[in-house]
Amino acid sequence: MDQMIAPSPSGLPVDDEGELTRLHPNYTHALRVRTVLFAIPFLVAALVLEAISRDKALLPPGAIAGPVLLIALALVIRVPARRYNARGYQIAADRLRVVRGILWRSDTVVPFGRVQHIDVDQGPLERFFGIATMTLHTAGNHNASVSLPGLGEELARDMREEIRAHIRRESM
Amino acid sequence: MSEARHTAPLSVAVGAIGAIRSAIFPAVAIIFSGIGGSGRFLIGIGVGVASIVIGTLVSYIGWRRLTYTIGAQDIRVESGILSRSARSVPYERIQDVSLEAKLLPRLLGLAAVKFETGAGGGEDLSLQYLTAAEGERLRRLVRARRDEERAADSVSDEPGSAPEDADEGEVLFRLGPRRLLTFGLFEFSLAVFAVLGGILQYVDSLTNFEVWDFDLWRDLVETQGVDLVALDARLKVLGAVTGLFGLVLIGFGTGIVRTFARDWGFTLTRGPRGFRRLRGLFTRTDVVMPAHRVQALVIGTGLLRYRFGWHSLSFVSLAQDAGSASHVVAPFARMDEVAAIATSAGFHLPDARTHWQRASRRYLADRIIRDSAILLLAAIPAAIFAPPGVVLIPIGLAVLAAGVNLYSWEFRRHAVDDSQIFSSHGLLSPTSQTATRLKLHSVEIAQGPLARWRGYATVHLGLAGGEFAIRGVPLAEARALRAKVLATIAATDFSRLDQSAGQTLSDAQSGFSANFAAT
Repeated sequence: MDQMIAPSPSGLPVDDEGELTRLHPNYTHALRVRTVLFAIPFLVAALVLEAISRDKALLPPGAIAGPVLLIALALVIRVPARRYNARGYQIAADRLRVVRGILWRSDTVVPFGRVQHIDVDQGPLERFFGIATMTLHTAGNHNASVSLPGLGEELARDMREEIRAHIRRESM
Repeated sequence: MSEARHTAPLSVAVGAIGAIRSAIFPAVAIIFSGIGGSGRFLIGIGVGVASIVIGTLVSYIGWRRLTYTIGAQDIRVESGILSRSARSVPYERIQDVSLEAKLLPRLLGLAAVKFETGAGGGEDLSLQYLTAAEGERLRRLVRARRDEERAADSVSDEPGSAPEDADEGEVLFRLGPRRLLTFGLFEFSLAVFAVLGGILQYVDSLTNFEVWDFDLWRDLVETQGVDLVALDARLKVLGAVTGLFGLVLIGFGTGIVRTFARDWGFTLTRGPRGFRRLRGLFTRTDVVMPAHRVQALVIGTGLLRYRFGWHSLSFVSLAQDAGSASHVVAPFARMDEVAAIATSAGFHLPDARTHWQRASRRYLADRIIRDSAILLLAAIPAAIFAPPGVVLIPIGLAVLAAGVNLYSWEFRRHAVDDSQIFSSHGLLSPTSQTATRLKLHSVEIAQGPLARWRGYATVHLGLAGGEFAIRGVPLAEARALRAKVLATIAATDFSRLDQSAGQTLSDAQSGFSANFAAT
């Protein structure tokens, strides 16, 4: 039972452990910008606290803003790249596999035959970077919606059409 | 047939009695509180009467303004006193019609009729209240309409079944008074003390009577001429034993009363329309569950009742049942009765041929280490600060946790066969789940940092109406499991799940055996 090959209806073997397709490179940039936007309020708060403590000479200069800045830099530079590397997808004739997570790995497969509806979303940031998020909705309570962010805009639409065509063909 | 109708006029009476009930507490509260000085009695009565009149009026206008129409394609309900709302539900979307009669409506011969559409968040259509006969008529009508539509585009599934006696199915399970009494004994509960405490607190805040004031009680006893100091130790022990005995008696009593109220006359029948469950002493509910909508089975039991061979069976289905996602179809049954109901729902229970797989031993080891480590960490401060001997408590608990984990590992196992997937887990008694492979929606393999290091995973299966997770599966086995399940799922489209379950099942099985041959 160590071969993971299952026959798909089309007769082609489906390998659920195969090579993953990587996301659009712009996904890393979008994540970085999002992290920067998230970090700004914390940096401002740290600077304010720094100014207050300097007046009262309670702590050595930089004791608050320094660590906050270091954490923010790590989050902006290191984490998006690792997250990008951790994510990936694999599309077969009848199913989509989505892998994500740096520490908590999750590897989900959704057969197209169980997709209820499909969303393709683009936030302002995603639109700027030309990427989109595709979400597959299923009727199950767990994984009621499986989202795949960081697809190229065109690719996301094509994938949606492909999955939709598959659904229509099946329900005829 | 298609004119707008009102619900039963007696609904107004139910609303009025509800208004009286909700008016009593504020009125009493005002009378006993300090508001308004000497005139507070009159104010209390006035507020009570006003809220009764307003409540009755609102319920009357609400009744006047609510109409329902049984149309050719749908049921429409228009309602609203100030803002009007109209809701239309097409027949093919109505999964089923359930009747619920609480005590008061039941005395008046009324029932709430609920049209279940499978929409989440309580967004179902419901009519309160119709006469029980009208409710029953509506239920038959909806079923007849739906069957007509089904017959129009596919072959009729139940030829020759007259709609009149459609509900008179074979009785699958019944709880007699004796069985109910045994069930009640296992439902031992001290919840009544929490309720009593709440009521006392309420009385406490309304009056100046300090319930928790020990001095007050002592004074009360001593004014009766009893000298507490004179009571000797033997009498105190006797008192404690009596108290304990009383506690046990109250616990059993509560369990029995609650069980009787909830499950009196529990009857599960299987008709051509599906399963029908009747139960309740004060609130009588009548729920119908179409067999094809049963997504999975859950067999539960309790720490003690498991030792006596009692189990409960629930259906996981899309419709909600009083807040919980599953329908209890046999609350207290022997395993052979459970098996008979399962067979009737198109499932089979694991048998001797079922090839069970255990959870990873590493998973067991990690759980033991995790649970014990927390308690052993607690032992460190206990050893330093607490008086000697106390440190033995957390250490003993750590040993106990390890033992419990070792024991519960016996129950943690799963199996896959041609059409179903089984999983069981539990602390001191097993809870097992059975799902049809075909009716799953997605498969996820999830791993935390520890699980990745130790090479096991949690398999989450997407089940409509419930959760299905298998924990601590060795990674290679998790992948094999996923491949098998996916082969079955992908072979059949969602839209064909309900109509031709039998045919697709055999398709899936052939797909599976091909898969099996390939491996």
